[in-house]
Amino acid sequence: MLRDITLGQYYPVDSPVHRLDPRTKIILTVLFIIAVFMADQLFLYLFILGYLVMAVYVSRLPARMIIRSIRPMRILLVFTFVLNLFFGAGTTALFTIGPVTIWKEGLMNAVHFTLRLVFLVMGSSILTLTTSPVTLTDGLETLASPLKKIKFPAHEMAMMMTIALRFIPTLVEEADKIMKAQTARGADFETGNLMARARAMVPLLVPLFVSAFRRAGDLAMAMEARCYHGGEGRTRLHVLKIKRGDIIAFLTMAALFVLLLLPRWL
Amino acid sequence: MTTIPHLVLDQVTYRYEPEAPPAVNQVSLTVPRGQFAAVLGHNGSGKSTLAKMLNGLFLPTEGSVLVSGMDTREEKHTWDIRQAAGMVFQNPDNQLVATRVYDDVAFGLENIGVPTQEMPPRIDEALRLTGMSEFADRPPHLLSGGQKQRVAIAGILAMQPEALILDEATAMLDPQGRKEVFDTVARLNREQGITVVWITHFMEEAAKAQRVLVMNHGGIEMDGTPREIFSRVEEIRDLRLDVPPMTKLAHMLNARGVPAAPDVLTVEEMAREVKRLCPSCWKN
Repeated sequence: MLRDITLGQYYPVDSPVHRLDPRTKIILTVLFIIAVFMADQLFLYLFILGYLVMAVYVSRLPARMIIRSIRPMRILLVFTFVLNLFFGAGTTALFTIGPVTIWKEGLMNAVHFTLRLVFLVMGSSILTLTTSPVTLTDGLETLASPLKKIKFPAHEMAMMMTIALRFIPTLVEEADKIMKAQTARGADFETGNLMARARAMVPLLVPLFVSAFRRAGDLAMAMEARCYHGGEGRTRLHVLKIKRGDIIAFLTMAALFVLLLLPRWL
Repeated sequence: MTTIPHLVLDQVTYRYEPEAPPAVNQVSLTVPRGQFAAVLGHNGSGKSTLAKMLNGLFLPTEGSVLVSGMDTREEKHTWDIRQAAGMVFQNPDNQLVATRVYDDVAFGLENIGVPTQEMPPRIDEALRLTGMSEFADRPPHLLSGGQKQRVAIAGILAMQPEALILDEATAMLDPQGRKEVFDTVARLNREQGITVVWITHFMEEAAKAQRVLVMNHGGIEMDGTPREIFSRVEEIRDLRLDVPPMTKLAHMLNARGVPAAPDVLTVEEMAREVKRLCPSCWKN
């Protein structure tokens, strides 16, 4: 039952976006979020939408995967829309139903915030769909490494993430095994109310934690035996390099910014 | 074979706690370069502790351990020693770090600061020597136990070690995986001249070594060729160990008055003995 978990949402196809440097993709995602918040008139969202469609097209992701990425957010989206619609005060009333007045400003806010949220989620899901967790970790480590000067443990964080990614399938497999062993001895994980089920998890979690700690001890010993001594003096198999594709990607983002800023200057 | 000392233990004692009884007690031992030495002993005999002192994971409480002439107690040698004497552990799941075989083999190289462009040839060579080339892109959790251990060995080989220490590396494997790992290590010993310290409780594996060391209560009780050691069936049994199945059979035949040679180790040797003792039993 726990067998087929996939890590992250990485969608493995080969595309120019997949090949981009992970740092480029992380920075572009941040810039895209800024761009989304810069759009203050409805027609500007067309540019944002255009950029998103282009990015999805170039990354060869199925459009439905991007649309599906907002599904976990649907309740929040409805909430955002309704709250802004009914509780936003303004000066121009559109219409009144009973005690509720819908204001023009309220409607505008509702549309703006909902659209922003949708674009935000879709934009960042392109990052996670086109970048494997390991590559993402590499990118984050390199981006964060200037922070080492202020004692930010960039290398250690990245190493922790890599090890977590490596051990999740192992621990899932083990949890599955323990679960079966406990079921064979009469444990019941599926019936009862929330409390009963939470209590049933104890005989699963205790051995799982004990084993995880033992594994951690073993792994630390094995890493030391292989000369691991932190990030200092360490070289890397995968060296990140900015290529032509990255520069093109940055230029497209610059173009989007120009389009968004143009109405303010005119 | 040359007998240049490679791993040298001099009066080594190790205690986990200052007051605890020693896990390894006054052991002096020299393993020459290129030797394949098996270490036997029941649980708690100190063989694992001894192994961890051979690459500086544990430092001796008393005495000294020299690896290729470097003293493990000197901190400046720590990383050179761990590179020179690579170690494979028992649990195949708990020693691989990366999410891809190829990246895992690179882990040690990254640690010792090998330049990026020198890594791929060394990784490819290590994977080739362990027969794992075709698995380079696999995530470790999709490999069998024997394959995982071979990846662990490849990760060490890439660092170009002079000695391999295997701490019950086959204990958690199925017979097929055990054979894979043993054959890989035996071949590395033969073809690359790598010194091997093979800690095990499988007698058939020890029978194939050049030298067998039997540990008991933290000391080395017996030291000799497999033939010498395993013909001493009673002593071995007193140490709560077993002898290889064919040696046991020869011993049982002896007890029933059949004059089979008591130092038979393998099935082939036993077949030869049967042929010698009873030529008429042998067809063709």
